[in-house]
Amino acid sequence: MSEPAPKPFAPFAFRSEDVTKVYGSGAAAVHALRGVDLEVPRGELVVVLGPSGSGKSTMLNIMGGLDRATSGRVWFMDDELTAMDDAALTQFRRRHVGFVFQFYNLMPSLTARENVELVTEIADNPMDANEALALVGLEERANHFPAQLSGGEQQRVAIARAVAKQPEVLFCDEPTGALDSKTGRAVLRVLKDVNERLGATVLIITHAAATAAMADRVLSFADGKIRDVIVNKTKLDPGEIQW
Amino acid sequence: MVSPLDRKLGRDLWRMKGQSLAIAVVIALGVLMLVMMDGLVNSLDQTRAAYYERYRLADVFAPVKRAPDHVLRDLAAIEGVGAVEGRIAGGALIDLEGEPAPIRAFAVSLPDFGTPRINDVYLTDGRRINPSRKDEILLLDGFARARGLAPGDHLSATMNGARRTFDIVGLVQSPEYLYAVAPGELAPNDANFAVLWMSRDALGAAFDLDGAFNEALIALGRNANLDAVIDAVDRVLDPYGGVGAYGLDDQISNRFVSEEISSLRVSARSVPPIFLAVAAFLLYIVISRMIHAEREQIGLLKAFGYSSLEVGVHYFKFVLAVAVGGALLGCMFGVLSGRGMVELYLDYFKFPFLVFNVDPAAFIIGFSASVLSASFGGVVVLRQVFALTPAVAMRPSAPADYTRSVSFSEQLKKVLDQPSRMVVRRIARQPGRAVAAIVGIGSGMALSVAMLTVLASFDKMMDVNFSVLDRSDVTVSFVEPLSDKTLFDLQNVAGVIEVEPFRSVPAILRNGRYSHRGALSGLISEPRLNRAVAADNSAIFVRGDGIILAEPLAAKLNIAPGDRLTVDVREGRRPTLELPVVGVTQSLLGAPAYFELGALNQALKEPGRVSGAYLRIDSAKADDIYVALKDMPAVAGVSIKSKARGAFQQMMDEGAGGMRYIMAAIAAIITFGIVYNSARIAFAERERDLASLRVIGFTKGEASFVLLGELGIITLLALPFGIALGHYLSLAVSAGFSTDLYQIPVSFAPASYGVAVVAVLTAAGVSGWLVNRDVGKLDLVASLKTRE
Repeated sequence: MSEPAPKPFAPFAFRSEDVTKVYGSGAAAVHALRGVDLEVPRGELVVVLGPSGSGKSTMLNIMGGLDRATSGRVWFMDDELTAMDDAALTQFRRRHVGFVFQFYNLMPSLTARENVELVTEIADNPMDANEALALVGLEERANHFPAQLSGGEQQRVAIARAVAKQPEVLFCDEPTGALDSKTGRAVLRVLKDVNERLGATVLIITHAAATAAMADRVLSFADGKIRDVIVNKTKLDPGEIQW
Repeated sequence: MVSPLDRKLGRDLWRMKGQSLAIAVVIALGVLMLVMMDGLVNSLDQTRAAYYERYRLADVFAPVKRAPDHVLRDLAAIEGVGAVEGRIAGGALIDLEGEPAPIRAFAVSLPDFGTPRINDVYLTDGRRINPSRKDEILLLDGFARARGLAPGDHLSATMNGARRTFDIVGLVQSPEYLYAVAPGELAPNDANFAVLWMSRDALGAAFDLDGAFNEALIALGRNANLDAVIDAVDRVLDPYGGVGAYGLDDQISNRFVSEEISSLRVSARSVPPIFLAVAAFLLYIVISRMIHAEREQIGLLKAFGYSSLEVGVHYFKFVLAVAVGGALLGCMFGVLSGRGMVELYLDYFKFPFLVFNVDPAAFIIGFSASVLSASFGGVVVLRQVFALTPAVAMRPSAPADYTRSVSFSEQLKKVLDQPSRMVVRRIARQPGRAVAAIVGIGSGMALSVAMLTVLASFDKMMDVNFSVLDRSDVTVSFVEPLSDKTLFDLQNVAGVIEVEPFRSVPAILRNGRYSHRGALSGLISEPRLNRAVAADNSAIFVRGDGIILAEPLAAKLNIAPGDRLTVDVREGRRPTLELPVVGVTQSLLGAPAYFELGALNQALKEPGRVSGAYLRIDSAKADDIYVALKDMPAVAGVSIKSKARGAFQQMMDEGAGGMRYIMAAIAAIITFGIVYNSARIAFAERERDLASLRVIGFTKGEASFVLLGELGIITLLALPFGIALGHYLSLAVSAGFSTDLYQIPVSFAPASYGVAVVAVLTAAGVSGWLVNRDVGKLDLVASLKTRE
């Protein structure tokens, strides 16, 4: 991972071959993934659907460098994630990936801007922290601590933090799960903006099937496998999504 | 049937086993100290009492120059006297083959018929003497063992100028010589002081005391008034040269033993509570933080319909399990280590038996102190949790509010990156918590500082006494005050470099109702070999216009320079002198009262008398000098400084002083426990934040910095606090260790502080390393999914 710049030859942000993940062993073994093959083209906004336990979070964790596959291979661009050691995975997350979580995971002891700066300080090519906050419409609240922000605002700070490093990939695990529909739509709007303006590949895990309408591509998980892949010809604007 | 809550309890304990154990161990150490020391003091006290009673140790000792046996009837008639026995006691010098220096001994008579009614002895080997055999003796067990002597061996001794050979028929221990100390020395030395018991006829012949006695032993009856009896005994014996009767409290062996026990008692009462308080404090912090972390589960339980009380009891059980576990551990190991210590003391004091017996109060205090402090920590936090409704408690707690934390100026922001700001804000946001951690670590460090300082102070005391105060090599004492011409004889012994005379006069010093039984030391005006020194080690010149008192003695007599001191001389014509006090000086060993030699003799109207001399000698000729001294009839005793120092060092290491090593070790363990617990708690609280940082792309090192930066700052802040607290604690602990016989000066020992600082930093380093390993093992996925 010495070259931070994306390699132009790779048409796919992610590719995987027969990825499996088994938790535990013997009779107690749980097969979370049973052979996943997927391709995610660069720059797409992908929505990942599936019931609980279908393996969608497990797959995204592996793609995000948070977890390891039991077998199979995963590539990010031309680099094989499944062959990396811990230090290399840390560098991968640091340089290429932004994360947005259901529970925001902000540092309570840092202000909104400082939470963003947490990432910009270690990134290679970050945008200005204020710019990132402006992107999510929170430039006015830059000096507030998380305790002073609403849930939606906290999630937007988390998104600003994730996009501030100008990542090539943005992983969002239930980013609207803890939000009401109005706030949820606003957050989705921000994610779409990031996808369009920064050209980042965005993967969104959600239970809300309606969200699929705004995606370029929809991956549906079931029983540890991809059940089907839908490529949307026409996309809805987040504001048009019925919750 | 185990309830689900109890199963949860068991699993929680297992899940937090590392930290639970760490806290339990800290509690256990506090309780251990308490139980061990209390048990030791209790056992020594009871054993001593039992020993004295079983072997009928006298209540009053009344030395006299020479009193005819019929005087015993007068003594027996005194109101309050239960039993009287007259005996003959006198000094002797033992001449052992292969030992150039003469060994001082004390010869004591046994009654001609039956066993002694007072001051009986305990036969450890051989048999009792046959009163008709004048050459049979019983020998003090400790000396015999130190010198490899056994029944059947012979021993030659010089008594009253005549040399004789005796058969050792038995070895004995005696309650009178639990602590066998040669006259004029401060520490017992088994190999260099002997006591021998022999028939009254034989000893009477040796000391020209046929039909007379020179010491009356008195057992008091019920409800007797000790002071009244002593006064009456003094009146009866006065015409016969009574030196002054004294009670058991002033008996030298008993005094040493009492000092040792009371010094242990002071330590037992002052030190374990400090340890326990630190442990309790730590437990409080940990429990309150832990319950805070269980917030959601508490909400869940309440949502299920458990009452606040039921939930409270559940968590209280956790607290109780750790506290009781620790206390049990402490009691168990307290008893074990107490037994071990008792074994040491059995050897140290010559008790024929010793039972380890802990006062149940110690267990109760240890238990309740740990449980109470633990409960307090739990209750305070549970109250906050109970105030929450289940719904609120179950919801992930809102981000901790840092609004009122530090805001950084633009300049500071340039210096501090985000991780640093997190560290600083966290400390600043909850200053109470930070202070608590600082106090905790500082207290642990203070314990170490105090124990190390006391260790250093013991050495300092030894050094001042044996190198600064006493610069002689040998002290010679004469059988009685002699003309100062005798000094020429000493001066003429080949190898003697310098001779400095002294006169030591037994006396009772009085100031109103305060009194002290001791001696006046007559020194030359500018002593070189045995000096009085001020606190800064500069010499104080002994004066002829008044007495200079050692500090502890002045305190005991409640007297200050300018006051007049009454001196009841207990030798010769026994005059009572009124002398002004002109100075107070430092003394760490004993409680001397100095007076100029010439002035003292003048006051006694005995010009030119000396009771002995300090010698500086050529060490290469030491053995020849000892032999020469052994042959001088005037010499009653020879005290060799190197041996005295060795004996003193041994006493410090083995007796109550030995406890300081144990305390230092425990202090170090507690310090480590506190630092490690602080690190563990910090990790537990921040696990989720740390995982978030790792996910974002922080390396393990960067994430660790956020965790350990706080520990580092707190540790650094704790250092000055620990140093300051340690200083005051040293004062308290030194006072506890000091006795009438020796004072422990608190000397500023930079090394003690340095070692304590290094110990705390090392503890922090090791704790950091241990916790840091867990940063590497963080489950990134799991800690992001769930709150707490």
